[in-house]
Amino acid sequence: MDKMTQLLKLLENTKSIEINEFRMDFDELELHLMPAIQQAVQKAVTTEKAIATEIMAMEEFKPPIQDYPGKVAEVQLGKGSRTPVYLGGQQALYRFEEPQPNPPVVTFDVFDIPMPGLPRPIREHFSDVMESPGEWAKKAVKEFGANMVTMHLIGTGPKVMDKTPREGAQAVEEVLQAVDVPLVIGASGDPVKDPLVLEAAAEAAQGERCLLASANLDLDYRKVAKAAVDNDHAVLSWSITDVNMQKTLNRYLLKEGLTHNDIVMDPTTCALGYGIEFSIDIMTRTRLAALKGDTDLQMPMSSGTTNAWGSREAWMKKEEWGPTDYRGPIWEIVTGLTMMLNGVDIFMMLHPTSVKLLREIGDTFVKDYMTTELPEISDWITQLEG
Amino acid sequence: MSVTAMDIYRLLPKTNCAKCGEASCMAFATKLSEKETDLELCTELAANEMQALENLLAPAVREVIIGKGDKAIAIGGDEVLYRYELTYYNPTALVIDVNDEMEAAEFEERVKTIENTEFERTGELLTLDAIALRNKSGDADKFAAAASKLKESKYPLVLCSLDPLAMKKALEVVGDENPLIYGVTENNFEDMADLAVEYQCPVTLFVPGDLEKMKELSHALRAKGLKDIVLDPGTFVGDAIGDTLDNFVMIKRLAIEERDEDFRFPILGIPALLRLNNDEDEVTKSIKEATIAATLLNKYADILILNGTEIWEIIPVLTLRQSLYTDPRKPQAVDAGLYEFGELDENSPVLLTTNFALTYYTVEGDLKSGKASTYLLVLDTVGRAVDVSLAGGQLNGKAVADLIKETGIEDKVKTRKMIIPGLAAPVSGEIEDDSGWEVVVGPRDSSAVPDYLTKEL
Repeated sequence: MDKMTQLLKLLENTKSIEINEFRMDFDELELHLMPAIQQAVQKAVTTEKAIATEIMAMEEFKPPIQDYPGKVAEVQLGKGSRTPVYLGGQQALYRFEEPQPNPPVVTFDVFDIPMPGLPRPIREHFSDVMESPGEWAKKAVKEFGANMVTMHLIGTGPKVMDKTPREGAQAVEEVLQAVDVPLVIGASGDPVKDPLVLEAAAEAAQGERCLLASANLDLDYRKVAKAAVDNDHAVLSWSITDVNMQKTLNRYLLKEGLTHNDIVMDPTTCALGYGIEFSIDIMTRTRLAALKGDTDLQMPMSSGTTNAWGSREAWMKKEEWGPTDYRGPIWEIVTGLTMMLNGVDIFMMLHPTSVKLLREIGDTFVKDYMTTELPEISDWITQLEG
Repeated sequence: MSVTAMDIYRLLPKTNCAKCGEASCMAFATKLSEKETDLELCTELAANEMQALENLLAPAVREVIIGKGDKAIAIGGDEVLYRYELTYYNPTALVIDVNDEMEAAEFEERVKTIENTEFERTGELLTLDAIALRNKSGDADKFAAAASKLKESKYPLVLCSLDPLAMKKALEVVGDENPLIYGVTENNFEDMADLAVEYQCPVTLFVPGDLEKMKELSHALRAKGLKDIVLDPGTFVGDAIGDTLDNFVMIKRLAIEERDEDFRFPILGIPALLRLNNDEDEVTKSIKEATIAATLLNKYADILILNGTEIWEIIPVLTLRQSLYTDPRKPQAVDAGLYEFGELDENSPVLLTTNFALTYYTVEGDLKSGKASTYLLVLDTVGRAVDVSLAGGQLNGKAVADLIKETGIEDKVKTRKMIIPGLAAPVSGEIEDDSGWEVVVGPRDSSAVPDYLTKEL
């Protein structure tokens, strides 16, 4: 479409054209355009009631494509015995400007301890494998098509089961054996112990290029960064809905020897109805800044979409809101989808239905504008049932 | 891009007559620039001066009114592509369709369901906005008969028929109520557009999958003097959702950044089309329809037609709309301090929460519905939720100790025991050290608080 318009523009002030091997193309162009122009002229002429005479001649349609000086870095996850997955690499905001090189990726949450607290709609899919992180991961990949798996080492939490970093690393090894997708490795959220757990896990997974989750300003991010550099992993750089905090942390991590191709940002996902608009604004500003050339923010983004399950609309029994079986997945999809439409590249999720629907939309992001067959909808008024 | 008060002031009469209710023309100009007053309140302007100001104040996307009187709703009116730049105006209208082939009882039932759909969130009642009547029968008289039944509905109408004859018959019945006509196409252009002119109603231009043609036809509608136009570039789902998104984004960008006159109109999307020729089960269809609605809400639909009425499908859509359209310029916080619930005495329990509006209203709702009697300390966390303010450091021992002092709670109760949110557990020790109070970690979700209070006390 854009090429056509450009050509047309070139032809505008041309008196003679020498046509060589492009002859056919030009014929096609002419065929497309002439009826459109004729129609417009005819309509203008036959408009009897020329009410709004001040309306001037129509300018031609031109897709609003912008130039972006910046580019989002591409991050490879998975190496060695893993099938690699690539994140980021965007050079434009929208598909009609330039499709993104890599589709959004989903990583399924897996835990190192059985999680009786998970909402029922999720437990019902995984209750048979919750005793074994390896089996859990396998099911996520084989049955639900996970691109990746997130191993949450919740059990290492001092107030949870206080497992040692070594035990955490063993759980990671088990999952590495069970599946060949790349891994995100998460700890328990304890600022003192997390760096030690991630360090042990990073060593156990040396050369497999996992994403260590996470480095943030409240813990010893240097240790996490070093574990990544020493063992060839990437790092999740987590800030709390604050673009400046994100920039600062990214700069610190770059100083520790990580490159743009080793960092994924988590600007924090607030769930639908629980501050999602803050996340929308932060993600939008972050991605726009990256494309405009802010090198501190030119990394792919991640969303902890699972946060959606904490919303009471997702889990609370309440007759007048309908069954939680449906509310939960929708809450997770809408939260993730909203983040995806604002530039997020990788999603940590829990429910198979949510994952499926998110990916269906995300997979279209890598295709060119108007290259898909459009469904016939012109008679929807009479054809729609119900 | 946006108009300053000074730009407006130059075109005002500068008489400071105060008939508009403002002390001076400058004050009036300031209010106008913030969209907080109406230009019509100025009585000193000649017609051409008024016109010049109207043009200056016109938003990038035209604001279109559907319906009349207390039924009227406004769509469009946006100035920016990203909400953080200013705010979005006029929340996307959510419309549910009914068709003219339904049995009388079924028809009534569906209209009632649409009118009664509501969901309360953070002190705001969220509802649907309009009804779309679909000429499924293809019959003009049936369409008109169904339209007349909707005259009493509390919502404005979208009349969906591509047949000018059916549209004319329906407009004869409800044309004085300013329904949105859907729609003009390439095939019915002259006749349908003439009806919009005759009845002075807003009109939708339906040109699926071809923005070039859409521009051409929009231009032709404008040449007929029509101003209240709504654009439907086609809602394609499945693999083609990417093209739908591209078209929506392009239209909005052309309107806002390029001020392309032919695209400066609200966009209409139809998530209901997910159900077209779709043999999936009903639950899957409803989940997917909500997904499409959420997609188009995010990327620039100003009005959406849905078919599903299940409350669990509508709640997430209503919630997303509320979130997108909150004004980022206003902090979402309530006043910090001491709040009282139920009947209190010196032994009443003391709870703690943060001043994020959503957090506060959720806790308030739970305490009220559970008929709890308790004091509630609300900490100023600059409008952040419990977990966020914990991570951000606003929720800490010293801040809570200060709050205890400032509110004088120690004069109201004998006890020195505070129940904090489950999510705030990591700072329980810190609060005890700084305040000298005993701290008990309560439930993670405030819905469990009333029961907790009954059991614990």
